[in-house]
Amino acid sequence: MTSHHHVEPKKMYFVIFAALMAFTAITVAVSRVDLGALNVVVALAVAVTKAVLVILFFMHVRSSPPLTKLTVVAGFLWLAIMIALMLTDYLSRAWLPEPKGW
Amino acid sequence: MADIAHPAELAHQFEDMDQQLDSSVFGMWVFLAQEIMFFGGLFVAYTIYRGAYPEAFREASHHLDLRLGGFNTVVLIASSLTMALAVRAAQLGQRAAIVANLLLTLALGSVFLAVKAYEYHHKYVEHLVPGLGFSFEGSHPANAQMFFVFYFLMTGMHALHMVVGAGLLLYFIHKARRGVYHAGYYGPVEIMGLYWHFVDIVWIFLFPMLYLIG
Repeated sequence: MTSHHHVEPKKMYFVIFAALMAFTAITVAVSRVDLGALNVVVALAVAVTKAVLVILFFMHVRSSPPLTKLTVVAGFLWLAIMIALMLTDYLSRAWLPEPKGW
Repeated sequence: MADIAHPAELAHQFEDMDQQLDSSVFGMWVFLAQEIMFFGGLFVAYTIYRGAYPEAFREASHHLDLRLGGFNTVVLIASSLTMALAVRAAQLGQRAAIVANLLLTLALGSVFLAVKAYEYHHKYVEHLVPGLGFSFEGSHPANAQMFFVFYFLMTGMHALHMVVGAGLLLYFIHKARRGVYHAGYYGPVEIMGLYWHFVDIVWIFLFPMLYLIG
């Protein structure tokens, strides 16, 4: 059915580990500098990058069959839908005038 | 069809070992998709409250120890590396290397949990546990308490997953020592790895959300 069960070289795992350590150092360093609203953006971008590295290389999704890839994408797509719908509610509440009551 | 040798580990509903492995990896990712929604719900609730009380969340966050959180981040990512190396050893059928790497993973996971327990105790002593004599010197104590509700809920659910993972590791170490896993049958170790890496990913998000606010 598939030929994805190949063994990755050890070096690949150590390179990914080093990258994850580097991104951890970056996120701590950036959090110490006041960038205003950009701080959250950088923190999230670094966390997402680290997660993608773990998923693709440590969890072998990069060499997984299409069905597995689709499942992973679907999992995060549904998360995105939940976040988007919740935030559209809470972020837009202040746009409307206070209800005056009955 | 019946004239090829049937591997002992092949369940009868599967055609071959490849299909069995693909199916279990797919099943595990369906479970992890559910886990994504579970932790995702907590993340969204946290985001909404942080948006509502930015000042209180920043003040409360400063009561967490960045060094301990950072140390635990390094420890947990290192445990993901050893877990990945255990899976690789299983793919190659290197029994001693599977056991050694699983033991290292268990040891690093235990260090993480020990540091977490120390942090929890410290919060208890400082009266920062919601519901247990919470008191906070700041402008908005009630809102700061909300931060600690999320802190304990999210790190607590994460730690619970770690404890479950540690129990699973003990089981896998036992099986690996008996030589159950080899190049033709390493699927269960791969699945164990998927669980462990997922728990690592949750922490990758919790660390900046809780420890690195302003």
